[in-house]
This record gives sequence, C-alpha cells and structure tokens, in this order.
Amino acid sequence: MTPAAAPAVDTAKVKEILSRHPAGDAGALVNVLHDLQAEFRYLPEEALKLAAEHLQISQAQVFGVATFYEGFHLKPRGKHVCTVCMGTACHVRGAPKLLDQLERDLKVRAGGTTPDLSVTLETVNCVGACALGPLLIVDGEYHGNMTTGRLPKLVDSVLKEGKS
Amino acid sequence: MAIRIFIDEQEVKAEPGESVLMVARRAGFDIPALCYHEAVESIGACRLCLVEVRSGARPGISTSCNMKAEDGLRISTDSPEIRRDRATNLELLLLRAPGSPVLRELAARWGVRPRLQPPPDAGIANCILCELCVRVCAALGHNALAAVGRGEKKRVGPAFGKPAEGCVGCGACLSVCPTRCIVMKDTPAARTIWGQSFEFHRCQVCGQPVITEKHRAFAIAKRGLPEDYYDVCEPCKQSQASQRFASVVW
Repeated sequence: MTPAAAPAVDTAKVKEILSRHPAGDAGALVNVLHDLQAEFRYLPEEALKLAAEHLQISQAQVFGVATFYEGFHLKPRGKHVCTVCMGTACHVRGAPKLLDQLERDLKVRAGGTTPDLSVTLETVNCVGACALGPLLIVDGEYHGNMTTGRLPKLVDSVLKEGKS
Repeated sequence: MAIRIFIDEQEVKAEPGESVLMVARRAGFDIPALCYHEAVESIGACRLCLVEVRSGARPGISTSCNMKAEDGLRISTDSPEIRRDRATNLELLLLRAPGSPVLRELAARWGVRPRLQPPPDAGIANCILCELCVRVCAALGHNALAAVGRGEKKRVGPAFGKPAEGCVGCGACLSVCPTRCIVMKDTPAARTIWGQSFEFHRCQVCGQPVITEKHRAFAIAKRGLPEDYYDVCEPCKQSQASQRFASVVW
C-alpha cells in the first residue's frame, strides 16, 4: 500500500490564510493550524513551514503542536471521511467485519487514505452511541445498525457523490 | 533585595523568584533532579526534586525546580513521604527508560527495584522526555528540536522527522541529556546526529576537529567572532601562547 501522494500546495492560498493573523503572534498558532486544515483538509509541510515563518517561531515548535493534537492531520486526507466505531458494543456486534469489508472495498488500511484522495478510512474507540452499534460515521453522519449487506450501497453513494 | 527562606529549619538567603532548587543546592542541600538546568526554564518534568512546603496557603509536596522562592517560605527536603513519592516517580521513569545507567544507579541507592530489563540497544529508548535537550537547543538559538506527538508515541526530535535546518551539530542536547540517550557519532571525518552529518572544522596546527563547520559559521555570525577564531584548537592555542611567553622571557 503506497501512501497517497501529497498534491502540490497552493502557496498563495497559504499566504492569504496566514495574512488573516498578525505576523509574529505565536499565540495564534492553533488558530492558524485550524484555518490551514479547513482549507487543505490536512496540514501540508510547506504550509507549516510558512506558518512558522509568519508567526516567527521555529518549525520544531509548529511541528510539536501540530503533532500534539489528534485533530490535526499531517498526511493528506480524503474528500470523505469514513469512521468505523470499534467500541466494545460495536465490536461485539460486528464492527471488525465492517472494517474488513471497507478495507477490502476501498483498498485502503484503517488510518489510510485512497490514492485518489476520495476517502479516508479510520477507526474510533467509542462515540457513545452504543445502542446503534455497529456504527459507521460518514462525513459526520451516523449510520447505525450497519451491516455488511448495506455497506456497499452506502459506500457507492458516497463515492458517486464525490465524483459529481 | 534578598529574602530569607527556611530549608530543613535552616535559614538561607535567596533572591525573590529564584528557583527553590537552585537556592537549596547552593546552600549545600542534596536534592536529586534530572531535568534541571540553571540556564533554561524549569518545567518540573522528572519529578525527582520533590520537597515538602510547610508554610503558606498551599502546603504539601511539590517540585522545587519550578517553585519560586518567596520570603518566609519553609520547606523540608527529606521525609518518609518525600522519599516514597520520589521512589514512585523513579520507578515510573525506569519503566520508560529501563536501560538508563543514571536511573539504575538512583534505583540502587534508593532501594527501588527496576521492573524491566534494560534493552540491548538502548539509545533514544532511554529518553525520559524531560525535554531538557529541547529547552537547551532553543536557548542556544538553534530551535532544532521539539517534543513530537503525545502520549505513548511522544518523542523528541526535529520537525517533520527530517534533518533540521537549525541544527548545527553542536551536541549540546547530548551533553545535557540526563540519560545520555541521544545518539551522536563522531568519526575522524564527520559528526552524525539527529539524522544529519556535519563536517568538522580542523585545527590548522594539529589537524584535530575543533567544531563542526555549521556550528562555526553560526557562532562567528552570532557572537561576532573573528573569522579565524576556530582555526586553532584550544590545546594548540595554549602551547602557542606559552611559546610566545617563553620567547619574551628568554
């Protein structure tokens, strides 16, 4: 499984986002990272370097903060995010089978992104909706009582939507 | 204006805001600490410098490295509770870095039994994540290191896991590392550290390495040194000076 290639980063766009924050304001780092991720869906290395320059802090500091928070991603993420709940309730009700099938159908491992950057597949330990298990979350929308039978249709509809 | 604090009932003079650990050590008290360095900010990471505060609104056990001296502060440096808590913290550090000689020596002295065997090839695995290297690197102006990631995946290293632009191969990170876990290799040709190789600037007299070329450029620019400052190593400078002295005298 080769990792998805990072697309070229629009430097002008990065600079435009950075210009919304005062230069040299180290305290704005997390806000800057949020804004960058909202634009690129992940934090490109080039963007982080420009952010360090703009905020006048070291690249190491920026990298330390970006890697500290689970919510920031340093690898390209898909247009759609498909999350399988692997909590105990979902687990005993078949979540591993769903994950297996998704990995097979999308040809991507959990935590990975398809090479065409259409879908990122990930797992979560529990979202507290145990009564709905096994639970699949697609782009923030919860699909409860998911079965391997209903899965292909759902995946297809998501991917088609992605192409339109 | 000097203030007074009381360490184990002994009156000690201090400057307001000074680190309690620094004051206590200056007065001859033996408080263990791994992540402390007076040149950089203390962050209370190793948690071995515990003392007990016996005055003020918040008495109790606390780290002394990042505790500021205040007039009338009373602390004790030894008690069964302090020993117990230090031993627990040491035990936890040993779980993270089971091969560290410094930790094992402290464990032997304090009667703490290490639970894990030291790994055969320790290196960075003996890191206790005290971030002293990170703080020293930043204080020197190189800013090449950071604590990367969080939780069990946390490590110390350069940004993006790639050789850092700011790193000059000075080796300060290793020299302050309490567990000596940073891997630095010196060969006659070059120094390798943090995934980067640095060529040496050599003494024009004896040919021994004096400093890495990148460190030399950094130091000359930052400290405004003459270009030839590092062209002769310290021992050769000394023998040159003594020869000059001899030629003047005789």
